[in-house]
Amino acid sequence: MKARVHVMLKNGVLDPQGEAVRHALGAMGFDGVNGVRQGKVIELDLADGTTEATVNEMCEKLLSNMVIESYTVEMS
Amino acid sequence: MHAAVVVFPGSNCDRDLAVAFEAAGAKVSMVWHKDTKLPDGVDIVGVPGGFSFGDYLRCGAIAANSPICNEVKAHADRGGYAIGICNGFQVLAETGVLPGALLRNAGLKYICKTVGLNVVTSQSAYTEGYSVGDVIDIPIAHHDGNYFADDETIARLQGEDRVAFTYTDNPNGAKGDIAGILSANKRVLGMMPHPERAADAGHGGTDGQALFRALSGVLTPA
Repeated sequence: MKARVHVMLKNGVLDPQGEAVRHALGAMGFDGVNGVRQGKVIELDLADGTTEATVNEMCEKLLSNMVIESYTVEMS
Repeated sequence: MHAAVVVFPGSNCDRDLAVAFEAAGAKVSMVWHKDTKLPDGVDIVGVPGGFSFGDYLRCGAIAANSPICNEVKAHADRGGYAIGICNGFQVLAETGVLPGALLRNAGLKYICKTVGLNVVTSQSAYTEGYSVGDVIDIPIAHHDGNYFADDETIARLQGEDRVAFTYTDNPNGAKGDIAGILSANKRVLGMMPHPERAADAGHGGTDGQALFRALSGVLTPA
């Protein structure tokens, strides 16, 4: 089984990389990009029976820093 | 004073930190990240700069979950002294020993230069060799030194006299110009600038020496 973890900076935390991408898109002529937030996707290949609760624990202990980031988990 | 300097794969300021401790009169033990115990009688733990675990995932995140960091955390929880410099500050923030987190520099560039720091408090074992209002020149060398914490935490740090140093000219976007903070008991210091790189005349500056000398005055041999 697999889990896909999305980690994003929380709202209110400055994302300089997202801002740089937004500026670049504007400079390339793409109008109307009001904001860009850049996060990361982590794919986990898991033993059968691993629970979403366990993946949540992985997120809170290592995969995301709850001071600045939030995460969502998709199990499949 | 007996100092332990933690070494992770990718640490690169570990020897510099050991040399600065030794110059201030300390006995130094190097401790590997897989060690599960600090040497007996350690007064202070130094978490050095570098790129532990290649900065993978987040700076300091993997190091913060290494076996020795459980011991560092327990040492701090017992009221022990610890200093985290640069990557070491990132590690201590990731362990939760110090509040907040270090984000990518606002200008997105890695910055390596000497900067001015305001000494904000002299009420700690690290800063009592300075006077409030002193401006000291200390090198920085980081890509992720942009200190972040929520407004409430920043206000608490300021209100409790736990901001040790601020930048005179904020190079990285750090909230409140914060360059270094102290734990609630003032025994743990995390700072992005490198005092160990300004601790010998050969470094081109010696403004960091007073930090190690003050520590050595407080932490007399156990």
